[in-house]
This record gives sequence, structure tokens and C-alpha cells, in this order.
Amino acid sequence: MSGPSGTWQHAPGFWEGDRPRIVTSRFAHADSHTLERFLATDGYAGLRRALAMPAAEVHGEVRTATVLGRGGAGFPAGTKWGLAPEGVWPKYMVVNGDESEPGTYKDRLLMERDPHQLIEGCLIACYAAGLSQCFLYVRGEMALAQERIATALNEAYAAGYVGRNILGSRFSLDIVLHWGAGAYVVGEETALIESLEGNRGMPRLKPPYFPAAIGLYGQPTIVNNVETLANLPWIMRNGASAYTAIGTATSPGTRMVAVSGHVARPGVYEIVNGTTTFRDLIYGDEFCRGIRDGNTLKAFVPGGGSAPWFTPDQLDLPFEASRVGPAGSMLGSGAVMVMDHTTDIPRAALTLTRFYAHESCGKCTPCREGGTWLERILSRVVDGRGTMEDLDQLMEVGQSICPGDFPHASSSDLGLAAVPFPYKMTTICFVGPSAFVPVHSALTLFRSEFEERVSRRTRIPVRAVAP
Amino acid sequence: MARLNDDNVRLAIETIARYPRPRSAMIPLLHLAQEQDGHVTNEAMAHIADLVGATPAEVWGTASFYEMFKFEAVGKYVVNICGTMSCALMGADELIHHAEERLGVHVGGTTPDGLFTLERAECQAACTEAPCLQVNYRYRFRVSTESFDSLVDDLRAGRLDGEIPAHGTLATVRQQIPAGRGVGAVAPESVVSNPDWFDGKAAL
Repeated sequence: MSGPSGTWQHAPGFWEGDRPRIVTSRFAHADSHTLERFLATDGYAGLRRALAMPAAEVHGEVRTATVLGRGGAGFPAGTKWGLAPEGVWPKYMVVNGDESEPGTYKDRLLMERDPHQLIEGCLIACYAAGLSQCFLYVRGEMALAQERIATALNEAYAAGYVGRNILGSRFSLDIVLHWGAGAYVVGEETALIESLEGNRGMPRLKPPYFPAAIGLYGQPTIVNNVETLANLPWIMRNGASAYTAIGTATSPGTRMVAVSGHVARPGVYEIVNGTTTFRDLIYGDEFCRGIRDGNTLKAFVPGGGSAPWFTPDQLDLPFEASRVGPAGSMLGSGAVMVMDHTTDIPRAALTLTRFYAHESCGKCTPCREGGTWLERILSRVVDGRGTMEDLDQLMEVGQSICPGDFPHASSSDLGLAAVPFPYKMTTICFVGPSAFVPVHSALTLFRSEFEERVSRRTRIPVRAVAP
Repeated sequence: MARLNDDNVRLAIETIARYPRPRSAMIPLLHLAQEQDGHVTNEAMAHIADLVGATPAEVWGTASFYEMFKFEAVGKYVVNICGTMSCALMGADELIHHAEERLGVHVGGTTPDGLFTLERAECQAACTEAPCLQVNYRYRFRVSTESFDSLVDDLRAGRLDGEIPAHGTLATVRQQIPAGRGVGAVAPESVVSNPDWFDGKAAL
């Protein structure tokens, strides 16, 4: 089925290449979502190996592999499982498939293209951590992913891979497919649990910081991202040392990254963690092949809509949290959004701020009111009805959501010092600060464009017309 | 048609039984109600309240939080055009403007023939295929004004009936746990120990 390496695209948006493939290894097959194809390509072999080991050893293997959480925070999965208290039961697994961070889509492809791999990952995790039941929460708007997972679960139940006495062993586990209904904030893990309990999806007050202590129905609950779990079958088949041999010591393995916006070949790529740089990704021949139409790069968002922006100065940073953090941003959920020199920066920032203002659940005042204010003020600036005072007002409103020093890309031109991520905030979750991030980044890096908009009162479409 | 019909009550009871607490089935049941009637009616919410042991106000409280639930009639096809960052960078605003002109309604409106409701959606997770849209949550990628027009023509002519069900039907495949294969859900307070397989020994 597979064509010449790097030129072949089966799942819309996905490009393979001569790179290690851990989670996308079956994407080359048109029938990658079927049980038949899965079994023909080592499917459920990792589970079989795991079940032949005591649970604690499986947990140890995953801990050694240092699988960093792929949902955004980058917290190691093995460590997270270990946070659940012993002697408290039942414990639950909630799989976070509510992917909706702007720019991000990898979980959707993993759910649509290889649902059995995810199911196998769920089983391995629940076995290792001694969990009683697994809930697979899939974003409501992803009809195909829901259909593919439902089909896969039905096949797996019928064939004895899920349910009672899995693979004829003593291990029994139910996996329940759950549909969301459209709310970005539900991707926050405590909001996800609220939603799964049948409530409005609002984040819970912290502490407790981790649902591993108190989660679903007040019980210890592990919340893992889809991509995180999709790594586990490979690790159980090949061993933790094979996994850590890829990438760097602090960021082992691979990760999926979606690169969108003004690049010549936008797409989802499975890249080597820790060593691949943003320059490789944006300009590399096996990746995005540069900026569209020979244009020049103006700025990029390195880790989903919530991440502070970078400029060409940061292109040589690798996909390594310990490098990107001190530079003032985050890797987040594996989404790079690229803006070329034709981009109307204030308007681009507005689309992101509007997103977060719209998705605020309304629980915390600084986010509910502040996000809307940011959107309104920015909106009138973009429409040419703003004043110079509005620009200061934007920063002031932002400071009430994230008081104190705020991270931004360090730029030698601007002489600004970088402040490490994350920042102080007056809200329970990151939706509030995220509304300010694009405003802050755009205003710090491209203030003159805002000032020009204020004085000239011009209107320019966000997609600049080609010369 | 407003309360859940007999078939859907059977599905609802099956769904509720999968969760340790019935209330967890609220969102799946709301989807079921929306599939039955095209939108979620007050009567259906009262019925769901009975089924999961909540009050109708609690069901409305939950339902009204989520964008996919509609409480009055919408078009047979809900067209969601993404307007967030990557799609905006690739011309979503122009596409939305074109769609408004073509369908003759503003964002949020429904065409007089009851066929189309136009919405401006937030990020739909297809950012590299911008601008994208969904019709009843089925994707269309890299949509141009021309391909939008032919999509509308195809939908009007019923040429996509096999692929795109009427609004309300989300996934056309449901999870089914065969009798005797499922472990079964138990209320957390009724669980008195770790799973018996979690005893320090290999399960296989």
C-alpha cells in the first residue's frame, strides 16, 4: 500500500518518512483500523507480554521508558500512575481523547487510523496500575473516531481482547466509549472528570492537583492522553531501552507534531523527540519544505494555541522541554502554527484570543470577564477603531489574569529577558492565561503593527492577498 | 415524539449500566435524544432525568453547557466552518463570508427550507487541511468557495445521504458489549478490594 517514502499520504494530513515510527507504524495501510490488520502487524503482542509479567514490572518498564505525557503538560506517565495511593479502591482510567487545542491533531488520527493500538495501550496501563475500569472520552465532534473506536471495541470484545479474562488470563477489564459534546475546557483533566460524571465541564478547584489522588467519583483516577497510551504497546514489545535509545535522555521516543499555516507542505509528522528542531520541521525536505510561495517566516506558535509565540530567532531550538521552557514557551500538545510575512499579526492574535474567550467555562471571573474584554478591545484595534490607550489596556487586563512576570520569546533585538514557563495565574486552569498569551506575544514582538493599525485605521484581511 | 421511544429507552438502560453511577450516562443519553428528534426537547430532558436519577433542571444545566446540543429545530445539515488560527490564516473568514452569501443566512441562521444551519466553529482538529468544515461532524478539507458550492449542491440533491446522516445522528456505530463478555460496572462504594488479578503475580 505504501508508496515512495515521504511522498505518500493515506490519512489526510499525515506524511510518513524515513524516521522511527512508534505510534504511526500502521498508517501506511488503508485498513490500519481493522482488527485483521492490527493482528497481522504485532497487534496485542505487547499486551500478551505485559500480562505474562507481574503488574509492578510492567509499571517499572513504563517508568524506565520515561513516556512524557503528550497532552500538553509533559508529565511522565509512569510517575503519574505512581501517584495513585495504595490501599484505596476502585481506581479508574479516563482516557483524554477530547483533543481541541488550536493547531493540534494527532489524537484524532491515532483514534481514526489505529484504534486497536489505543485499546491495547489502555489495557496495558490499567493492568500496570491496577485500575478497575477504563473510560475512553472522545471529543464529540469526531464522528469518524467514535465509529472507528466503537467498531474496534466491538471486535475486541468479541475476540476476547477486552472484557472478561483477556487473552484467557486472569485479567479482566471493561473499556467504555464515552462521547463528549463540544467544550474545549473539558480537555483539562478535572473538567474531563466532571463531564464524565454528567456535570457541566468545569475544572475543579485545586488542590488536590492530581486526580490520581481524588478523581472520578472521588476515587483515584489516572487521566492519560491518547498519544501517551498509544506508545505503550511498542514499549512492551521492544522494551524500555529500545524506546530510550530514540531521542534524548530527557525526551525519549518520538512525538507527533502537526504543522499548519503558511508552510509549503503542512502535515502531521512523527518526529524524533528531543533532537528534531523547529528549523528541521519547518524547512526540512522530509517535513514542511519551507514557507509557502517562497515567502519568509514571521513568527510561529510552537506548542498549540496556548503557547507563547516564537520568531525566527528560536528556529534552532529542539523539541526538548528543558530548552523550549527557558526560552519562554512550551511544547504543549505538539502543534506548530506558522505565519509568513504577509500575516496580519493583530488579526491572527485575535482569532486565538477569541477562541479562549469563547471557550471560557465561566467559573473564574478573571477568565470569564478578562477573556471577553481582551477579545473586545483587540477586536476594535483590529477593526481600526482602537486607540493607543487600548494597547496598554490589553496588557493591564492580561496582568489581572497572569500577574507578575510573563514569559515571552527572548529576542536579542528587543533586549528582553526570557521568563520560564509556566506563569502565575489567578484562574483555576490555563484557559484564562491562554486568552492573554497571543495578545502578549503579538504585542511584545510586533507592537509597531498594532500602533500602525491604531493610527492608520486600516482594514486588512488576515490572509493577505498575493502580490 | 419527545420522550425517548422504546428502542431508545432500551439503549439508554444498556448505556447507563456501563457506568458506576447512572448520572455519567447523561451526555450519551442527550446525544440519543438529539438523534431521535434532531434537537433536545424539554420532554426528553425530563425523561433523561428520570432515567439517570437527576432533576430536569440538572439535565438542562449539563446540556446547556455543551455546544453540540441544540434546543430548537436546526437544519438537516449543520455546517460548521472552522474560524480558528490555522483556518483563519488560510482564508476561513472569506469562506464564511461566501457561505453566508451562498446560503442566504448569517452565521447562526437556518435556511427557510430547513436544510442548512450555518455556524462558525472553533478549532476542529484538521489544521493542516485548512480551511476545513464539518457537515453534521463529517469533515471536508481544504474547502474553496467552488468546492463549498458543489458541497451545497450535492447535499441539496441528496447525493451525500449515504455518507452524512441528518443532524442528531453522531456516530453510526455504537459500542455493544456482548452478554457474558463484560465485567460490569459497580458503584465505587460497593467495591471492597483491588481487582483480584492485581495481586503481584502475572495474569497470564
